[in-house]
Amino acid sequence: MSTRYSRVGRPRPAGRGLELAIWFMMRLTGLGLFVLALTHFMITHVLYDPAEQTASWIAQVRWSSLFWRVFDWLLLMLVLFHGFMGVRTVIVDYASGRARRVLVIGLYLIALVLFVLGTTVVTTLPVVPKA
Amino acid sequence: MMLLRYRGREGMLAWAFHRIAGVAIWAFVVLHVVDIYLVGGNPGAYNELLKIYASPIGRVLEAALGAALLYHALNGLRIILMDFWPALTRWHRELWYVSWGIFVIVGVPVGWIILKPIWEGVPR
Repeated sequence: MSTRYSRVGRPRPAGRGLELAIWFMMRLTGLGLFVLALTHFMITHVLYDPAEQTASWIAQVRWSSLFWRVFDWLLLMLVLFHGFMGVRTVIVDYASGRARRVLVIGLYLIALVLFVLGTTVVTTLPVVPKA
Repeated sequence: MMLLRYRGREGMLAWAFHRIAGVAIWAFVVLHVVDIYLVGGNPGAYNELLKIYASPIGRVLEAALGAALLYHALNGLRIILMDFWPALTRWHRELWYVSWGIFVIVGVPVGWIILKPIWEGVPR
């Protein structure tokens, strides 16, 4: 139904395969990020100032509740899909053949590293009750 | 500038800005997950990096990041609207101007708050 010639985002892929699922997921995660990413940015740049966000501030204030840890981890999961599938689209647009394969594999490796680093810190950083 | 002479006009600019902003946000996310990992792994190094984030140059970059994030979010909504209600594609240009209107209304006060400590000299 939607036009193949698009003035907007990536045209909706034909068929019912993986590419169509990714296309839908990009939009779904985009909506989630609209709320989560903008909220995260507002907290860290409007509600608080970067100057006060030391390591102990994160342990004592920012990540003092399970809610905000789950919030930030969910944000990471959405970003790992949306950001990395988005960059994949960019790579596929500008590179082909061997270069494309190497770049996409490298991209997925970076995503894996970020998944491990982010999940590790958000689950293991000790909660320090505010004095 | 080639980008402005190209025949694509608003639709093409909206797409180009969306892509540039998206890649920029991605690059920051890579840095940001690593720096947050340091909060647990090496708090001293994280606190040192935080001084750069709170510096005048850091604040200008954060304002730019916020602008990229806000533009990408608003234009992303515009894309979703047109993808699922193709009839709206007829108004793609108007929708783009609406998203810029919201961008200015939300972005200017937020940018002011982020940048203010530069000329006030003291962080909040």
